Amino acid sequence: MTINQSGWKPTSPEANTGDVQATFTGNRALMLEEKLIFEIGDSETTGVDFADGDVSGSRLGNLTRKDPIGLPGLSEPETVRHYTRLSRQNYAIDLGLFPLGSCTMKHNPRLNEKMARLGGFSDVHPLQPVDTVQGALEVIHQLAHWLVTLTGMTSVAMSPKAGAHGELCGILAIKAALEKRGEGHRKVILVPESAHGTNPATAAFAGFSVEDIPATADGRVDTAALKARLGPDVAGVMITNPNTCGLFERDLKDISDAVHAAGGYVYCDGANFNAIVGRVRPGDLGVDAMHINLHKTFSTPHGGGGPGSGPVVFSEALTPFAPLPFVEKTGEGFRLVEEENADDHHADSFGRMVAFHGQMGMFTRALTYILSHGADGLRQVAEDAVLNANYVLRSLENTLDAPFAKSGPCMHEAIFSDENLAEGFSTIDVAKALIDEGFHPMTMYFPLVVHGAMLVEPTETESKAALDQFIGALRSVAERAKAGDPSLKTAPHFAPRARLDETLAARKPVLVWKDKAA
Amino acid sequence: MSRYFTEDHEWIDVDGDVATVGISDYAQGALGDIVFVDVPEEGRALSKGDEAAVVESVKAASDVYAPVSGTVVEGNAQLSDEPGLVNTDPEGEGWFFKITLSDASELDGLMDETAYAAFVAKL
Repeated sequence: MTINQSGWKPTSPEANTGDVQATFTGNRALMLEEKLIFEIGDSETTGVDFADGDVSGSRLGNLTRKDPIGLPGLSEPETVRHYTRLSRQNYAIDLGLFPLGSCTMKHNPRLNEKMARLGGFSDVHPLQPVDTVQGALEVIHQLAHWLVTLTGMTSVAMSPKAGAHGELCGILAIKAALEKRGEGHRKVILVPESAHGTNPATAAFAGFSVEDIPATADGRVDTAALKARLGPDVAGVMITNPNTCGLFERDLKDISDAVHAAGGYVYCDGANFNAIVGRVRPGDLGVDAMHINLHKTFSTPHGGGGPGSGPVVFSEALTPFAPLPFVEKTGEGFRLVEEENADDHHADSFGRMVAFHGQMGMFTRALTYILSHGADGLRQVAEDAVLNANYVLRSLENTLDAPFAKSGPCMHEAIFSDENLAEGFSTIDVAKALIDEGFHPMTMYFPLVVHGAMLVEPTETESKAALDQFIGALRSVAERAKAGDPSLKTAPHFAPRARLDETLAARKPVLVWKDKAA
Repeated sequence: MSRYFTEDHEWIDVDGDVATVGISDYAQGALGDIVFVDVPEEGRALSKGDEAAVVESVKAASDVYAPVSGTVVEGNAQLSDEPGLVNTDPEGEGWFFKITLSDASELDGLMDETAYAAFVAKL
């Protein structure tokens, strides 16, 4: 028996590729139409065969249900098929390149999953006696050590559960430090235009007023404008580095020195740390607090696949105000420092961010990623992420308008605008046509400082062949948009659904299923 | 009745001591399809520059600031059902709110139609 190695596909010469009659089912071969689960099942049938209960008299009193519950009854195979069919209409990082920058939909190594499922990590309870979870505490302690070392900071709060939660943690520490100094009157947080959108929201939520600092034409913070605004009412700045324009903020050290001299603190949004891990230590740049997205830089699942985790590293100045709990190594092993045993060595802590200790499953995955790469491997992660983004940028800068192409190399994200598309064509048309090409679209219309922004983040794990295919697809779509190809306005044409009416969906959203017959 | 414009792309029609406020045709064009508008309630006191209304399009959510100080007389209730009026008739049926004018001198720094057209042309 021989194996077909030539790529020959045995399609019959009689195969009809022209117009054919629509199918009875609405399915298109393996592209399956799927109804809502309420339309498949009904409340009259059930997939579970219980014997009639011998219930004489309920103890629910007047709380007994009066109306039918209305849940569809399906058998196990029907339920499994429903969700499996739906999942086949989804696009995922396990299917192909996912250029959705600013979120780093990157490969989640399977080794992470194996380690996270070890019983000693997956089956522990946060209220278990500490001497029964020494291994889990050691994982938290080791990961904390790596994070502090990689960032060049003094301490880390492991408990925040996502990036924005970490931002709040950092800003609350700054607030506590100012109040301790008797400078609670400092109420202004400066946020550059090149920062993440969550930054001003965080500062406002923590009770500060937010003032914008403009960006320069090359996409970085206007350092002169920032320095000019510093004064006795400024609590600090929130700066994203690398920033949302995909650029490294080269003046950060200079900015930090000026902010410190004016009595403020520097919060760095570390969401983009994956571009500089192993290359730059934010502590060396004068940062006082920074969150790290474990679900970005350290490859834990993200976006429907798992919870976020946003540990916050602190400078020496802010360390006394960090939240509880934390793990401490003693002669006998590891202990949890909480309110009842914090004593005087953590008396200034601003409190707690969460009830327990943080995302244990994410800690295990992140430490697995770190240990399987090692320090040199993490450095290569950053280098490859930046190399791949620059390859995309330079391959397409002559096709699409690249507003910051002359600002030097980009970091892990390449940014294009819709400036040179034909009249009437915008980023949305390019993105929808990319769906037809078999790719998830890139981030669109963000950052706001770029007209019709297309933000592409290829991540470090994509091969050159995969990048070339994506670049080819985007170039082809962009050329059609520049030539004014009208078929782009109705793309996607090959997806399970054509162009959706997003305006109608936003104006008249249907959020609850209702039985049409009722 | 005279019409004024702000640099934030709002228009103001002044009729006696009541001003009607909306967003300009340029603003609705830049925002794209409007899907939601939140107008201030009757009786709300606003100072010039306060956040008065919220307008949300398929692209972005933006605040609309009070161009003058005063008390809200009426919000355009029709916009909650038909936010698209802001796109189809921004400077007419798509008005946002009416406000009493507590300080007529606040109108002094605003642009008239010609000046606003020149301002937009430079953007």
